[in-house]
Amino acid sequence: MASDEKSPRLGIGLDIGSTATKLVVLGADGAVSHTDLMPTGFSSVDAAARALASLEAAGFAPGGGARVVATGYGRVAVPYADKVVTEITCHGRGAAHLFGPEGTVIDVGGQDTKVIRLRGGRVAKFAMNDKCAAGTGRFLEVMADRLSVSQEELSALARTGEPTRISSMCTVFAESEVISLVGRGEPRENIAGGVVESVAGRVATLVASAGGSAPYYLTGGLCDNGYVVERLAALLGAPVTTCSEARYAGAIGAALAALDMG
Amino acid sequence: MTDASTPIELPRTFEEFNEQRRQSFLKVKDFKQAGGRLVGYLCSYTPLEVIDAAGASAVGLCGTSDEVIPAAEEVLPANLCPLVKSTYGFAYSQKCPFTHFSDLIVGETTCDGKKKMYELLGELKPTHILHLPQGRSRAHEREGWYQEVVALKEALERLYGIRITDDTLREAARLRNRLRRATLALFELQRAEPPAMSGVELMSTMFAGTFNFDVRAYVESLERLGEQRRAEAEAGGSPVGAGAKRILVTGCPVGGVIGKVGATIERNGGVVVCEDDCGGERTNRFMVDEDAPDILRAIAERYLKINCSVMTPNEDRFVATREMMEKYRVDGVIECVLTACHTFNVEAARMECAVEEAGVPYMKIETDYSSGDLGQLETRIAAFIETL
Repeated sequence: MASDEKSPRLGIGLDIGSTATKLVVLGADGAVSHTDLMPTGFSSVDAAARALASLEAAGFAPGGGARVVATGYGRVAVPYADKVVTEITCHGRGAAHLFGPEGTVIDVGGQDTKVIRLRGGRVAKFAMNDKCAAGTGRFLEVMADRLSVSQEELSALARTGEPTRISSMCTVFAESEVISLVGRGEPRENIAGGVVESVAGRVATLVASAGGSAPYYLTGGLCDNGYVVERLAALLGAPVTTCSEARYAGAIGAALAALDMG
Repeated sequence: MTDASTPIELPRTFEEFNEQRRQSFLKVKDFKQAGGRLVGYLCSYTPLEVIDAAGASAVGLCGTSDEVIPAAEEVLPANLCPLVKSTYGFAYSQKCPFTHFSDLIVGETTCDGKKKMYELLGELKPTHILHLPQGRSRAHEREGWYQEVVALKEALERLYGIRITDDTLREAARLRNRLRRATLALFELQRAEPPAMSGVELMSTMFAGTFNFDVRAYVESLERLGEQRRAEAEAGGSPVGAGAKRILVTGCPVGGVIGKVGATIERNGGVVVCEDDCGGERTNRFMVDEDAPDILRAIAERYLKINCSVMTPNEDRFVATREMMEKYRVDGVIECVLTACHTFNVEAARMECAVEEAGVPYMKIETDYSSGDLGQLETRIAAFIETL
């Protein structure tokens, strides 16, 4: 893309995740100019097109001094991207920007969970969950559906319950297990508690296997889920820091990479 | 057992095969019809010199495709190594000409999956199982293994009604050593910066070599390839970009994941400079002492040195990998574990320490022959290379 001296320098980060598409525009000084969040839906090509419409509507059309870096599992579906970078690198960079250059980033996404060890603001090592949905946002989604509650209600219920142990790791088997627990008349709050314990436990195991250590930062879609964050901190034995912007960590990292391109 | 008068049968499903597969079947059938002897083998512990000395062609039968896995799962459990399932699946579905036309299949008691699969394979094909010891540090293990190699020699002598002499064994050892040296020379071209070849080319060449009927012709073709690539590299014609990150791939045999792992590494800014698996330098660097007074014992000793994770202890594998990390100036190590390969998967924890102690980043991936995890694998590999 030809550089236009007159247009302002902008870094546009687009993170097309399996569940949500996140968009962040950073000014040359690194300040956030625009954010947007939309469901990815069936097609990441379509999500990329909707993100472009959002950018244009907000007056941040790509081109000129505005560079685009795409990340997330749909990163290859963005025809207007100047560069693609993996979500590991982007989440690491975004988290370092939000929280600090040293620590362990835990990203619980829709289809996978990542643990990233940061050293000097760079990714030193990472681990991802195996190819299954245990310990991911998807697991919570499926179980909330099965209990006919929203994810917020699931957390609220879980807080009041005495967690029932859910032994299946596999989401499909765990769903059957939940169905049989419901059938046995187990209180919903106990099942909800078990669901949250299962996710937090899976994530904590992944953190340990990646050699993660405090301080811990949570990014991704669960950052506003206070109870999951609380349980995770309890299992890790150290506070887990997060904030609402943390769901944009990948897009922020991508936007910073876009700014680097000049 | 095979003479020109015995008709050689094609599998009953031959008519359903595609043209390429029919051609390979016909080619191997012609080889057999002309009196050719064919012995299939599975792991790198099979002493190939003994097969060579029996005047037979040794072909590797390790399955590398998921095409026959659904068929294999009619008999084998799903939660098993894809290589084991694929190997059995090719025999069960009669889709591999080499398996189908083998006079004998030689297996070794390496991992549990293979060991027990051979019992089922034995119901389909004649097999000879070498009892591999679990270690090599004790005298009785070395002696036991030697006796196993003697037993293989005797089995082949009975099968073909021949005598295998020391002279033919020694001649086979000389030729196999020459093949090993040619292979190492090819590997060593990857020491250049940038390396002389893409890793995918190197891995595919090694893989294709396991299907060669004629050792001498194969040695000559490898030597020619080495000369050609060396000349191209010296003329500055490396196909690899100057900034590519230099990756050593260690762990399970990679023949079935060249596209999934090798090509993914090279599509994402890396290049495989060292293949540290049983078809790679880890194994090929061991030579037979061609001048040893007891040549059969020397052959047995050479094979027992192979550093597969089925051995315990297996310290030499870490030493070898560290040496190769230095030799090839690698930027990162990717350990490739095939699903349900317990020995490499468990040993990976120690390999991770050995690699990281040397200050080199390490990542383990677990995968099989399916395409289900392509996206995740691509993300992991690309992210790992981005961190280097």
